Amino acid sequence: MLLSDKDRIFTNLYGIHDWTLAGARARGDWDGTKALLAMGQDWIVDQVKASGLRGRGGAGFPTGLKWSFMPKTVSDRPHYLVVNADEGEPGTCKDRDMMRNDPHKLLEGCLIAGFAMRAHAAYIYIRGEFYREAERLEAAIAQAEDAGLLGDDACGSGWPFRIYVHRGAGAYICGEETALIQSLEGKKGQPRLKPPFPAGVGLYGCPTTVNNVESIAVVPTILRRGADWFAGIGRDKNSGTKVFCISGHVNTPCNVEEAMSIPLRTLIETHAGGVRGGWDNLLAVIPGGASVPLLPKDICDTVLMDFDSLRDVQSGLGTAAVMVMDKSTDVVAAIARLSDFYQHESCGQCTPCREGCGWMARVMHRLVTGDADIEEIDILEEVTRQVEGHTICALGDAAAWPIQGLIRHFRPELERRIRARKGSSGMVQVQTAAE
Amino acid sequence: MPKLTIDGIEVEAEAGMTVMQAADLVGIEIPRFCYHERLSIAGNCRMCLVEVKPGPPKPQAACALPVAEGMQVWTQSDLARKARKGVMEFLLINHPLDCPICDQGGECDLQDQAMVFGSDRSRYREVKRSVTEKHLGPLVKTAMTRCIHCTRCVRFIREVAGVPELGMIGRGEHAEITSYVEQALTSELSGNIVDLCPVGALTSAPYAFHARPWELHKVESIDVLDAVGSAIRVDARGNAVMRVLPRLNEDINEEWLADKSRHAIDGLRYQRLDRPYVRENGTLRPASWEEALATVAGRLLSADPDRVAALAGDLADAEAMVLLKDLMDALGSPHRDCRQDGAVLDPHDRASWLFNPTIAGIEDADALLIIGADPRREAPILNARIRKRYAMGGFPIGVLGPATDLTYPVEDLGNDPHTLRALSSGSHAFWRVLTEAERPLVLVGMGALTRDDGAAVMGYARRLAETVGAIGDDWTGFGVLHTAAARVGGLEVGFVPGPGGRDTAGILEGAGSGAVEVVYLLGADEIDMDALGEAFVIYQGHHGDAGANRADVILPGAAYTEKTATYVNTEGRMQRTWLTVHPPGEAREDWKIIRALSSALEKPLAQGTLEAVRARLAAISPIFAPGNEGRVVPAEYRATHRGFSGRLDGAPFVSPVSNYYQTDPISRASRTMAACTDVYINGKTGAGKRTGTDG
Repeated sequence: MLLSDKDRIFTNLYGIHDWTLAGARARGDWDGTKALLAMGQDWIVDQVKASGLRGRGGAGFPTGLKWSFMPKTVSDRPHYLVVNADEGEPGTCKDRDMMRNDPHKLLEGCLIAGFAMRAHAAYIYIRGEFYREAERLEAAIAQAEDAGLLGDDACGSGWPFRIYVHRGAGAYICGEETALIQSLEGKKGQPRLKPPFPAGVGLYGCPTTVNNVESIAVVPTILRRGADWFAGIGRDKNSGTKVFCISGHVNTPCNVEEAMSIPLRTLIETHAGGVRGGWDNLLAVIPGGASVPLLPKDICDTVLMDFDSLRDVQSGLGTAAVMVMDKSTDVVAAIARLSDFYQHESCGQCTPCREGCGWMARVMHRLVTGDADIEEIDILEEVTRQVEGHTICALGDAAAWPIQGLIRHFRPELERRIRARKGSSGMVQVQTAAE
Repeated sequence: MPKLTIDGIEVEAEAGMTVMQAADLVGIEIPRFCYHERLSIAGNCRMCLVEVKPGPPKPQAACALPVAEGMQVWTQSDLARKARKGVMEFLLINHPLDCPICDQGGECDLQDQAMVFGSDRSRYREVKRSVTEKHLGPLVKTAMTRCIHCTRCVRFIREVAGVPELGMIGRGEHAEITSYVEQALTSELSGNIVDLCPVGALTSAPYAFHARPWELHKVESIDVLDAVGSAIRVDARGNAVMRVLPRLNEDINEEWLADKSRHAIDGLRYQRLDRPYVRENGTLRPASWEEALATVAGRLLSADPDRVAALAGDLADAEAMVLLKDLMDALGSPHRDCRQDGAVLDPHDRASWLFNPTIAGIEDADALLIIGADPRREAPILNARIRKRYAMGGFPIGVLGPATDLTYPVEDLGNDPHTLRALSSGSHAFWRVLTEAERPLVLVGMGALTRDDGAAVMGYARRLAETVGAIGDDWTGFGVLHTAAARVGGLEVGFVPGPGGRDTAGILEGAGSGAVEVVYLLGADEIDMDALGEAFVIYQGHHGDAGANRADVILPGAAYTEKTATYVNTEGRMQRTWLTVHPPGEAREDWKIIRALSSALEKPLAQGTLEAVRARLAAISPIFAPGNEGRVVPAEYRATHRGFSGRLDGAPFVSPVSNYYQTDPISRASRTMAACTDVYINGKTGAGKRTGTDG
């Protein structure tokens, strides 16, 4: 069930080998790229579709399908590939290691993906804090250009292709694809309305596809080893390998590439040295970055780490950032901290998120100490429902879900705190707010 | 033509329409705050969420969702109602709910929609946000705590006004609308953001705490403070005009209004001539109407008719001008003029002094040359239309005249009138631009026509328009931009020198030399009063301005909000003001004063009623016919007129409007306009506050 070493794509995830072009070539990168390009755009898109690759940035949208939304012919507006390297999801640190230790996988992926969508330019929008990673990307691009792998005649294919690195300025919202495009254009990073979708009107009004670093970096290997190989790993519709970021109360936090659909417990115990104090000391796990609802231990016992399995337990794979909390954790405070994060990172453009995030965070902080009424738990739950699905982008959803997860699984703990503080039944008259 | 159903009603919408527009077609109102049909779509308030099938199982913003064939939309389903209720709750949690002290109260979108969609109590138990006020200049008052971040003001200032001086800074709850480092907005259209603001965050500063909307009586009228004739609604309480708001008129001002037209109205309260005056021993003393009229009559009858002259000012209405013209005829004087700025305009050739393409027609033009005009200051509403056309793309604009920021990029052709010769002979690069356009437009301003070489400028400009193909069967791309509301009306009624008569320059020269003994000023304030010499001056008007100061007899007239009067705008569009309040004191409507004077002269004019005066107008020109109100009667363009001649002068063009905020007796009397002048013209930045020690 575990991924064998021969099936790993990111063979230098830990940076123990040479990251430069020479090292990358030794590991098989940039091998026969010209031949892959020669297979044509449609073949590449079909292969990616057949591999079952789903976007690795959080939403899990089928990558090949996304590419196929790009116009088949280039009009007077050029096509662009934009790589979302603004890795800001709390708990997530996979793209960073890929760019730091295996930058050429991303660059080769950019060329192939860009070619497949008839783009001659790719922009890598990298999180501003990833200073060294940006430097390394720039260096890797220079190496690739010197070697003729990128440039006017990329890999001798006759296809001009260049990659540009753009550093972000630290806003979480700029990881949202349309806000990223706005930011890339030099505007304030605020999500755009969809439709129109970026494939129609994207960067500078031109057809654009925005993909996560991992989604792009795995493409060359998929093409070289075959879509069937990739599709054969994991479960149906949840295929392939995935880099998981395991953090929190585990003995050895790590990034690890594993097969999709690996059981959560296996993942933690095999690669992260198990939960601190043993599996029975587990309280809850946030399985996919800050934006997805947490899972209590009883679900963690059996759940598989893939899109559909986690969706079935009302959570999500997200970025596959597994945050483990043992029983020493104040789970309410933990979620309240996430609410603070979303309040801080809400762009303020649309009403439910702008107003709702602050409201939710404030109530969450009162719930930490129990300074609330029992009814307020229901009010809070309703507020999360009023935010969820009513906003321009998914940040509103991301702010609502962790709280919904907390109320779903830890409501008794919330009520206990309120009762403990009141020292009574908790059925205190709700005060009317000062207006 | 996609077909969709909205609440079960089948709608055939045009492709590209949004669901909200389609709903408007069938009269289904979807609530909104950020959406405005003349601004870009923001989709940020989320008030217009509706349920849509097929689609994701969450509500969609109707303002931003394009219609599609077979789409089913529900605006009243549980999903949609819940979504709206939720959004309304969010909008209100940080809103101060200070309606009792908010000037928007009673006409507030948030108030109205909260009544319909909101809850009856708040569940929000946290501390509300407060936001510091912003300084946006003397016209716009802020209460930013009330702001709901719809960004209508930001989009208006950027897109329509063309001065990107507002924006949202900060993120999330801390997002604030502000101007760039607290500077006053420099737009002449800034008052419109008050209308656009759906809450009380932006309110009218001069109107602050003055009245409640339900106390006002509202009269639809037109504006006369520039030559555009914007549609306005005058709101008054008792006999005081409290505010002026724009009224929708797609042909002229759409739904915008320029700041002077909106905010100069406090000038209607100050410096008013509310009783007749007669000069005695060098000073003016109050007099009765009988005495004033008798004095005037005596002076007029004792003078040789050839030594009597009349000048009509910029705010004179057509009724008064036609009666004064008839009276002068009855007296036997041919000396009269309505062009107190001396503009060279041929009274007999309408097409040579109308804005022929019409204001809305600017949108049909595909190249523009502006000669000696500063439309931003002379007619901000018309300038907004030029900017609108620019924003559509493919609209080269050349400017021969003063280099000012017109809010859109232009090709600066310098400011040497001789360039006109190169342009009209085809040896200038911009000539090609105009020639290649299908509907080129040549706009000539008063800065070009009120000069000594105005006739030559006019001749070259017309020849240019003719040679570049601006004159065709369905397009007359030659337009004169007037600055005075009365001008076109005066030309239409023929308030111009009769046979052998003196024009403005001639009258002033005659008065100075003694050849003219009596000068009748019908609201004429913009002439050099010192040039009137020893002449006996009769001033009929409503404000104690330059003319009244010089006058020997003052006959108090009515301002545009106090009379039902006819004006013709720069396009040749005949429109009427409506009496909203009565003239102050003993002041009277202007045509009645002249009628009374004719009786005192024992040469009574036949027209004893307003209807009769208007029949007289219609007899002179069909544009005054009752059926033509609000319409443009097109002028027939006659090819180059040989009457224009002379040599071009080398002096650069200068716009007649050096201070947009003070151009006429009303705006000069206005304290609001004085404050604007301080800030925008004299550059006194700060918050516009006087400390008492500022000199």
